[in-house]
Amino acid sequence: MKGYTMGRRERKNLTRILVALVLFAVIFIVDKVVVLGEVFGGPYGWLFPFALYLAVYLLIGYDVLWRAARNIVRGQVLDENFLMCVATLGAFALAIFRGVTGQEIEGFDEACAVLLFYQVGEFFQSYATGRSRSSISALMDIRPDSANVKRGERVETVDPSEVQVGEIIVVNPGEKVPLDGCVVSGASSLDTKALTGESLPREVAAGGEVISGCVNLVSQLEVRVEKPFYDSTVSKILDLVENAAEQKSHAENFITKFARYYTPAVVLIAAALAVIPSLITGAWSEWVYRALSFLVVSCPCALVISIPLSFFAGIGAASRYGILIKGSNYLEKFNSAGIFVFDKTGTLTRGNFAVTQVTPAKDREEILRLAAIAESDSSHPIAASIVACYGKTPEKGYSLTNIAGEGVMAQRGEDVILCGNEKLMQSRNIPFTAPSGVGTVVYVARGGRFVGSVLVSDQPKEESREVISALNGMGCKTVMLTGDNEAIASQVAKDLGVGEYKASLLPQNKVEEVEKLLAEKPARQALCFVGDGINDAPVLMRADIGIAMGGIGSDAAIEASDIVLMQDDLRGLPLAKRIAGKTMKIVLENILFSLAVKAIILILSALGITNMWFAVFGDVGVAVLAILNAMRVNGKYLLGKKKPAPTAGK
Amino acid sequence: MKKVFKMQDLDCANCAAKMERAIGKIDGVKSVSVSFMTQRLSVEAEESRFDEIVREIVKVCSRVEPDCRILI
Repeated sequence: MKGYTMGRRERKNLTRILVALVLFAVIFIVDKVVVLGEVFGGPYGWLFPFALYLAVYLLIGYDVLWRAARNIVRGQVLDENFLMCVATLGAFALAIFRGVTGQEIEGFDEACAVLLFYQVGEFFQSYATGRSRSSISALMDIRPDSANVKRGERVETVDPSEVQVGEIIVVNPGEKVPLDGCVVSGASSLDTKALTGESLPREVAAGGEVISGCVNLVSQLEVRVEKPFYDSTVSKILDLVENAAEQKSHAENFITKFARYYTPAVVLIAAALAVIPSLITGAWSEWVYRALSFLVVSCPCALVISIPLSFFAGIGAASRYGILIKGSNYLEKFNSAGIFVFDKTGTLTRGNFAVTQVTPAKDREEILRLAAIAESDSSHPIAASIVACYGKTPEKGYSLTNIAGEGVMAQRGEDVILCGNEKLMQSRNIPFTAPSGVGTVVYVARGGRFVGSVLVSDQPKEESREVISALNGMGCKTVMLTGDNEAIASQVAKDLGVGEYKASLLPQNKVEEVEKLLAEKPARQALCFVGDGINDAPVLMRADIGIAMGGIGSDAAIEASDIVLMQDDLRGLPLAKRIAGKTMKIVLENILFSLAVKAIILILSALGITNMWFAVFGDVGVAVLAILNAMRVNGKYLLGKKKPAPTAGK
Repeated sequence: MKKVFKMQDLDCANCAAKMERAIGKIDGVKSVSVSFMTQRLSVEAEESRFDEIVREIVKVCSRVEPDCRILI
């Protein structure tokens, strides 16, 4: 936040307000001591204080007067500038009326003060928004300005969008990586803080992937570009952040709708208050004065500003921990999240499967060789682990057929290798023996005869248990979906403390399960689906809130989800929940508090119990308090049991 | 067609709401969102008349808040 400096216009405004405040204070005190109206005395004595206060009034309010006049010409009658002018000029007129009719001279100070404090409030609002905006633009800092492309012998500096896929770019220490790519030569550390909130630099060397938006820390890297700029991580993230506020929350919509009727309603009541009781009682100046006090609180701006400000601060706070929230409506919804549905693999567990057992052990080499042939084409982590365990390049020349939910068939002439789960074996009537351990079992058969099995298992992530218990503690239901069999699912679920689990699901079953859960849940609760973004885009879309993990590098996940955890760390979930909870609490406080204060001012003014001073102080005061309250959202949060690692902003 | 525009000097939250309402009334505009905090206008409108609609939007916005400019 310290990075925010006021613009020229703001500084000028601040100076003007301070000068006006000092002048006003001097005149006001002198007036109270010597009574300016009696300095010259006589029937025109009121002119002296009037002139002094009018000078301050014009100094502080010339822009409001100008805008009011301009907007009237444009047909904007219920413009807050205009209403403020009516209130203050009306107060002046009443004071002049008192002066002319020889009553006690008073009211000039009030008219002047109303506009002065109105301007103080306006300034404070613009300062607060500026500060808040600049905290988000720290996130925008990831935008690379240029790329150094190697073309022939020369290195040209061009706009990142002009670089073609396949070209080699040079990234010097201290520069941002402009496009996603693969390191060709050099080794260095990359700072990914702005992207993920992770403060530990990431080491890269030749052959490693680099993601745009990271800062090169140590030494020069040459990178082969793999994605055009508009498709690179940095563009996707910027796009997401810039459009974050497009999706508005119910609270924001309520407030704008309210504001739409509030101003005309207050103005109408004010008009009625000025005319009707006056006609009855004849006390015109008294009732007109009360009506003018109404106009002082006619601007709903404080309310309209503090609500989006709170949401914005919430989104900003989350982004500092690498949690990207796509709109304030999702923040609002996330607060009412009651069911967390997790994909198991890669989300609750590490997803880096390893072969833990091959049965029978004497045929290990042969079983792995056959399994590797069948699994060589799949990106599924289980397949990858088998290929990795085999350690050699699988034989080519087999045509591979995927059998959904069962496994893979590899065929080369008469040679048929089947590789998959027990359903695959059962459907082909191949007798098989199950191994003893718990994990995913891949059965291998060749030529219709069972050869052996490979046991692959996955480890839960360190933080999974802590996160599940935190969510359960918040009163949320936790559900785990997995394609794995019952035995593995129940063990992992028990291990982590997940409330419910559904095992042996095909990808399309996951959507069905989520739909079932959606139908069962109470309407006010939101259902979140948490996945790693691989193969679960449809489920991410279907859930009330789709949350993708480890968003870096997975465009599909960024697009399909509503919340992205940039860092592959589940502790972002309870943290985001706390941020959402705090934001919504503050939003509610602000709405109720602002409405209550405005209502009290209106009632007291109508009854003539208070005066304009009270109205303007109440109105500006409540605006300032609401804004300060909104700023509280952007405080510090603890990420799980570890120390927080805030990145930008503070 | 959907497009996002940046806005400069959008200083008043209520004006953003007024602009949003005014733009929503323009013929051919399917959906519109004016975000006060991010100073962005996102609008979805008929493709064939898009440029014409954008001109209309600029006019409407400057009527609501003459200080605010839409960067095209």
